[in-house]
Amino acid sequence: MAETWLDLLRLLDGTLRLATPLILCAMAGLVCERSGVINIALEGKLLAGAFAAAACVTLTGSVVAGLAAAIGVSVLLALVHGFACITHRGEQIISGVAINICAAGLTVVAGNALFRQGGHTPTLGPGERLAAITLPFADTLGTVPILGPFYRELISGHTLPVYVALAAVPTVWWLLARSRFGLRLRAAGEMPEAAETAGVRVTLVRYRALLICGALCGIAGAYLSTGHGAGFVREMSAGKGFLALAALIFGRWKPFPVLLACLLFGLLDAAAPRLDGVTLPLLGPVPVTLVSILPYALTVVLLAGFFGRAVPPRALGRPPGGPH
Amino acid sequence: MTPLPRWVDIGVLPALNLMLALVAAGVVVALIGEDPFRVLLVMITGAFSAETVGYTLYYATNVLFTGLAAAIAFQARLFSIGAEGQAVLGVALACLTFAPYLPPFVVVVLACLAAPLFGALWALVPGVLQAWRGSHVVITTIMFNFIASGLLVWLLSGPMIRPGQGSPESRRFADAVALPAIHELLADFGIAIAPSPLNLSIVLGLVAALAVWMVIWRTRFGYALRALGHSEEAARYAGIPVPWMIVATLLVSGALAGCMALNEILGVQHKLILNFSAGYGFTGIAVALMGRNHPAGIVAASLLFGALFQGGAELNFEFDTITTELVLVIQGLVILFSGALAHMFTPWMARLALSLGESRG
Repeated sequence: MAETWLDLLRLLDGTLRLATPLILCAMAGLVCERSGVINIALEGKLLAGAFAAAACVTLTGSVVAGLAAAIGVSVLLALVHGFACITHRGEQIISGVAINICAAGLTVVAGNALFRQGGHTPTLGPGERLAAITLPFADTLGTVPILGPFYRELISGHTLPVYVALAAVPTVWWLLARSRFGLRLRAAGEMPEAAETAGVRVTLVRYRALLICGALCGIAGAYLSTGHGAGFVREMSAGKGFLALAALIFGRWKPFPVLLACLLFGLLDAAAPRLDGVTLPLLGPVPVTLVSILPYALTVVLLAGFFGRAVPPRALGRPPGGPH
Repeated sequence: MTPLPRWVDIGVLPALNLMLALVAAGVVVALIGEDPFRVLLVMITGAFSAETVGYTLYYATNVLFTGLAAAIAFQARLFSIGAEGQAVLGVALACLTFAPYLPPFVVVVLACLAAPLFGALWALVPGVLQAWRGSHVVITTIMFNFIASGLLVWLLSGPMIRPGQGSPESRRFADAVALPAIHELLADFGIAIAPSPLNLSIVLGLVAALAVWMVIWRTRFGYALRALGHSEEAARYAGIPVPWMIVATLLVSGALAGCMALNEILGVQHKLILNFSAGYGFTGIAVALMGRNHPAGIVAASLLFGALFQGGAELNFEFDTITTELVLVIQGLVILFSGALAHMFTPWMARLALSLGESRG
């Protein structure tokens, strides 16, 4: 019994760890898209952030500097996105594709120039990674049956970005639903012309949304290379930015449903290796390699309108006054 | 805004955008501490020497197909980025399934039909969802790219894996099931050129480019497609069945993307391997933007990108610090400058063209 409980907790723990970059990126995308800017560049920002963090930690030895570098680089990419599609009213999708490709290329070129390891950074030592935070009393309370392990294994002992990710969800919800800035942001995403008439500077609001987006993606990147992993590996983001985009749609652009979607996708990811060799009644052995496509398939099914309906912000992808 | 003169739109702007991308990439190279001009020289000689020009053309064939695929969708203002996923299965299935029963020539013909067919099929669902459900084709094509690559991993690690083999790849096709290489064809006529992966699919690609031009500018379908691209509302009022047009456009786009597999699988690999699409789908976007969505421009742009790929491959041998991925950077920058920032220079160019016209007249 206790063993099963512990096993389940470990699975959930893995879920949370794998869902963290998804949650951060999905929240980043949520803020951005609710302001009316399509963001398929989450992947590129995540990747660039991961590289910046690992490279900076390797060069300076400071984990905090790594985190700052990740945020800086990711914000810079967000500003490029803004410059292209807010200031110059360019096509937001094209800009996103460009940023993703540039990030994929630059990380390897810069990585190879700096470290000569085929685009990887050197493996980070124990002192060079984001430290796990042991919450107070984790060890004393850990002996309490049932709830003790729950606190010790699942709640305590994560790195900073995990808690940031969890805190980001209610924060983003409050920001969008309750704050003045959020009201303007939603107005910019739904009816930019009306917002402009009411005196809201849509351009500025969208730039701010992009800044928040960049910062969150940067934290996610630092988590990948200096928290979850130990160093940067080429193509490290491995589609997580796109998976976050799927979660964003799956959760219909609303913070708490998006969190659930991220956790569901994280759970699929964490459970996949455990399903290897498991045989389901009637269906036969589980094709583990197919589990990875489930999130995308589910999102398409949702988009097809088989359960519920995903309605994007109305002015998504459209500069105020229409495109050129 | 006054429309730009044609020579600016198809000549000056693309050249300027390419220059900007090259300068930005040059800055990256200089920051790394190498001479940008030497790098450029290595890439140019690497792409156009007698031994390597075949490789350049072979890479160009890949992005010619995906560039045409992107362009025909862009003409209708549909940002399909699904070429990557649309290329995957058809050819290999045809070759593996029919090879033992039919003569090789028939199998090759079947494969040439299967490639566009499967590509179109893979674009069908995103098309239908865009047309009748209003869900953005960008999102659905991204999802379908990942679903395709997941399926490929599953097929190659399970049902289609080469017996007795650990690595994820299918068994080789029967020997004669292949598109003939150009150097072998020419050798039959007594012309000797350096061996390269360049094969007959480049001819198919050029035919496809011509066909795309005919379809877009010389048919009723193409007229409807361009009308849709200019204004969906106007197209609807003109009696064009918009949803059907969206689906049809994406089917054609998918079919063209699917043909890329002919070059890679039937022309070169002769077996199904993982990730053979290797980002060519995304390069197609750069090619389409660079070529201003016009088949002639796309042929030129695909030659340019073919040269970049081949020249970029030489970088690994010549430099310690500069790697092939520099090409990715250039490619991303081209997309940024000629796609997302396309309007940055338009006002300047319009003014320049205007003042030139005045001084001339």
